[in-house]
Amino acid sequence: MERIGNREALGQVREASKARIEDSKCRVLICAGTGCLAGGSGDIYKRMCELVEENPDVEVHFGEEIAHGDGEIGIKKSGCHGFCEMGPLMRIEPQGILYTKVQLEDCDEIFHRTIEKGEPIRHLLFKQDGIEYQKQDEIPFYKKQTRNVLKNCGQIDAEHIQEYISTGGYEALEKVLFNMKPEEVIQEITESNLRGRGGGGFQTGYKWSQVARQQEKERYVVCNGDEGDPGAFMDRSIMEGDPHKMIEGMMIAAYAVGASEGYIYVRAEYPLAISRLKLAIAQAEECGLLGDDILGTGFSFHLHINRGAGAFVCGEGSALTASIEGNRGMPRVKPPRTVEQGLFAKPTVLNNVETFANVPMIINEGADWFKSIGPESSPGTKAFALTGSVKHTGLIEVPMGTTLREVIYDIGGGIKGDGEFKAVQIGGPSGGCLITPHLDINLDFDSLKKMGAMIGSGGLVVMDDHTCMVEVARFFMNFTQNESCGKCVPCREGTKRMLEILERIVAGNGKMEDLDLLEELANTITDTALCGLGKSAALPVVSTLKLFREEYEQHVVEKKCVSHNCTAMRQFIISAERCKGCSKCARNCPVGAISGQIKEPYVIDNEKCIKCGACESACAFGAIHIEG
Amino acid sequence: MSYMTINNRRVAFTNEKNVLSVIRRSGIDLPTFCYHSELSTYGACRMCVVEDDRGRIFASCSETPRDGMVIYTNTPRLQHHRKMIIELLLASHCRDCTTCAKNGVCTLQKLSRQLGIMDVRFENNKKHLERDTTSECVVRDPNKCILCGDCVRTCDEIQGLGILDFAFRGSKMQVTPAFNKDLAQTDCVGCGQCRAVCPTGAITIKQNVEPVWHALCDKNTRVVVQIAPAVRVAIGDKFGIKKGENVLGRLVAALRRIGFDEVYDTNFGADLTVMEESKELLERLESGENLPLFTSCCPAWVKFCEKKYPEFRKNISSCRSPQEMFGALIKEEARMKAEEDTRKTMVISIMPCTAKKAEITRPEHFTDGEQNVDYVLTTTEVTRMIQEAGIDLAQVKPEALDMPFGLSSGAGAIFGVTGGVTEAVLRRLVNSNRSEDLEAISFTGVRGVDGIKEAKVKLGDREVKIAVVNGLKSASEVLDKMKAGEVYYDFVEVMACKRGCIAGGGQPVPIGPRTKKARLEGLYKIDSLAQIKLSNQNPIVMSAYDGILKGKEHKLLHNKVN
Repeated sequence: MERIGNREALGQVREASKARIEDSKCRVLICAGTGCLAGGSGDIYKRMCELVEENPDVEVHFGEEIAHGDGEIGIKKSGCHGFCEMGPLMRIEPQGILYTKVQLEDCDEIFHRTIEKGEPIRHLLFKQDGIEYQKQDEIPFYKKQTRNVLKNCGQIDAEHIQEYISTGGYEALEKVLFNMKPEEVIQEITESNLRGRGGGGFQTGYKWSQVARQQEKERYVVCNGDEGDPGAFMDRSIMEGDPHKMIEGMMIAAYAVGASEGYIYVRAEYPLAISRLKLAIAQAEECGLLGDDILGTGFSFHLHINRGAGAFVCGEGSALTASIEGNRGMPRVKPPRTVEQGLFAKPTVLNNVETFANVPMIINEGADWFKSIGPESSPGTKAFALTGSVKHTGLIEVPMGTTLREVIYDIGGGIKGDGEFKAVQIGGPSGGCLITPHLDINLDFDSLKKMGAMIGSGGLVVMDDHTCMVEVARFFMNFTQNESCGKCVPCREGTKRMLEILERIVAGNGKMEDLDLLEELANTITDTALCGLGKSAALPVVSTLKLFREEYEQHVVEKKCVSHNCTAMRQFIISAERCKGCSKCARNCPVGAISGQIKEPYVIDNEKCIKCGACESACAFGAIHIEG
Repeated sequence: MSYMTINNRRVAFTNEKNVLSVIRRSGIDLPTFCYHSELSTYGACRMCVVEDDRGRIFASCSETPRDGMVIYTNTPRLQHHRKMIIELLLASHCRDCTTCAKNGVCTLQKLSRQLGIMDVRFENNKKHLERDTTSECVVRDPNKCILCGDCVRTCDEIQGLGILDFAFRGSKMQVTPAFNKDLAQTDCVGCGQCRAVCPTGAITIKQNVEPVWHALCDKNTRVVVQIAPAVRVAIGDKFGIKKGENVLGRLVAALRRIGFDEVYDTNFGADLTVMEESKELLERLESGENLPLFTSCCPAWVKFCEKKYPEFRKNISSCRSPQEMFGALIKEEARMKAEEDTRKTMVISIMPCTAKKAEITRPEHFTDGEQNVDYVLTTTEVTRMIQEAGIDLAQVKPEALDMPFGLSSGAGAIFGVTGGVTEAVLRRLVNSNRSEDLEAISFTGVRGVDGIKEAKVKLGDREVKIAVVNGLKSASEVLDKMKAGEVYYDFVEVMACKRGCIAGGGQPVPIGPRTKKARLEGLYKIDSLAQIKLSNQNPIVMSAYDGILKGKEHKLLHNKVN
């Protein structure tokens, strides 16, 4: 691609890209997010490309730079569409049809019927409550969302900068470089009241102004893409699906605070995000949107990618900068804060992916527009990764202040299977649980904080009544303990002991004083740990202990797990009525715990039983069930 | 002047770097494991947490003092947290206190007693880790490590070596040399500064007490002992004697009671070093070769230079260190008198230093195939021997050193502080007894505690440029600048330990700022009270040159290697 040397050239490229997309008769956007790729969307993409080539009678013209991109039929690999439960997904434009659960063998039919003739294929359409949805926008999962940050995810080819430019990409950069002074940019962001999407909810504009105020002139802009919460993939989807939006946000930040170097810290577990970002940076550099003298303004910005080695703690600001510097990823004491002495001990703007991705829109649409979305104290939208026992798992974006009920029932389609809603874990290992009475509270920074939970980076794990809350606490504590950096005593030793106690309880060996000890430890960790992750490490336990104390007590006193989750407390019982005495269970039992006589009901010796469940799956008559 | 309120008392502060310093200055000894004023603030032990008037809890080590702050240091919440932290540390700690080298001086033990921890509610299920006994100087026992990182930061920030660092995460975290190597396989110089800051028994001195006891009980062994300058102002610490007081006389008496046959002074060896090193400096100034001359009395520095800056090896003085000169002399005398005294002669050095333990086994420190010094005992080990023998140093009547090698100059005494060697050499070169000349030398800039000090001294018509360095990180800085051609010196003194041997790795701990100051002043006091100020005015030294050393100066006092 040719270098875009000035403002006019950028405008021309934008117009040309727009025209090319508008000219194409049909665009097929195949989701190439991690979930859909795992479901086989890579092969679907290849097959669709083959079909285009195999059928020369269908008129197709390929552009010079982009294969399968600029003809009348464009087959595109897009970022995550969000509706991961229904993947692999395929969007067909201009009709806006969304095909769900597409298989390789569906490709021919799609090509010959939908692309050639414009006919929808009914069995690939999404259906809910007996209604068939032809258009993506009409599907309740999408309809209830406000997709601003994720707008382009699934709608454009993430691997081509022209596609981003065609949607108005780099317009905000153009605006700040030519029409705004750095302080005006900071002013705009401050006015928008954009709060950090990484978990803390710190005012972004204030952060930038603090960096801009420093004496030291060498400054850095760092993007935190080390999204490590179990079940969270918002930032990954943005990096994979619309990398330029975030890069543009970083450039605007760099212009505002006077930085010329930036770093993106991405987890090495996100190979696709890394390759898309690398490609995005390479393309931006090639056309002169990154590098020296951008658009002839004299503003320079160089962007580097650092791969994290998989430490959750590196999502903490000072650990992240230490890791970029090549040191052990451990948080340090503050002050000095990152805005004063961050990366390489220089003033540093450190924001997460979603925060940066919000910036271009605020610049383009203005602070007032942004403030019109969501509550005053937490304006804008928030992306959530909706997972767990909910019908429509996936990546969603809603205005701040949306209630949990809307998210779970309207967008998520309610609870999957026969279960009932029990709780939602929000904010990952640093967050807490919300239960039925909380369904109508607003999802925003302040409301959740009052509830003892936090928005965190946006992981929402829905749990039904088959979930044991003690086990949930144990799971998160296990995660925290494994991911503790080991620096401060309360987090290193305290989480280890909390985990031991929780393991004891789920194994049926808990004592009542263990519950007090859990609270004591949680107190010390929360009050005295060194970093934010440490301080919040005990939150899942504190919140489940508060909301589900009776469940803990049942485990401890009655040695009973009502959700039958805790293996150690399971009791396998053979129903005498149903048992035909076939001996299959006894033959399958690895420890010889089942005895009886042929054609007489068999009996399980629970002392010997190792709760493996082999008998239950072996029984042809459904005579074995679990109690406890 | 600003004020804050600590436990309802108004406390003034000026430029204290953190709230912890203000609290401590106000008379409250807030406990810490990981805070050392000379190191960067690490903030890991969380023992120094305080509560403010809004109920916010924060670590005082990392909080900047602000005017009008209201804080409490001992609320029930804080008491609970501190106890919990100690309990958690103890739960994962090897609790063999009674057989631990740090028994009685362990900070964890002390705080556990102080905070009244009577029960540990958690099981110690930590995997047992191997001790590292490969170093000749220190022993590392990871089972006793509480991961405060004091050693890691000392080795990196003060010594610039970074031998130790953290490995693994969470509760599996360990302090270890890179790739879990043995200390002996690393570039560790044995300075023992890690041991000096370790609050527990995780890093301790390599013990050589047992073979010395054996020798003392052997009638066929003549055990000669020499006492290094910095020992006499530190060994009183554990006997309730005022910090920094010179207890040489008491120590001599105690050593005799323990059974040492002859008790001498390393200061005598230091006087010999002054003679040889000033001669060498003059020769090099004359020839212009291998300048600057680097001092060689600190073995940690010598090893550091060899490992990290081999290109400067030729600059190191060929002089043996004072203990080695002394050892060589005693052994030579013994060889000469072998017929009249058939006993085997064993030379023991009492040193403030762990690196000296490694110095004595280096090949160049053998004369006629015989090791000059047989064992090095640190001040801490000798403290234990005295205690083991049931002697209270505070109660012992002082006695004089044996002659002839018990006589030394004040110049020898100040070898124990940074700048002392240089000052002693300058006295010899200026060669004047006049108090104004002596004072002029002490004011050239060689005294003081800065990492790098510079001085210029006129010798005849030549101005000699001198650098006095303490702390190996500072040494790196100087050598890097020399390499880059940014600075030029004729003479460079380096002591590996900050402030010199008084804060050596073998000295009684804890070595806080006040202790260091007292020991430093103690040594300068010895010098100011000494009748002989110049090494070349020590009559025994001069008669040795005419007697036993005659024609053997090089054999006994220098290394062949350089």
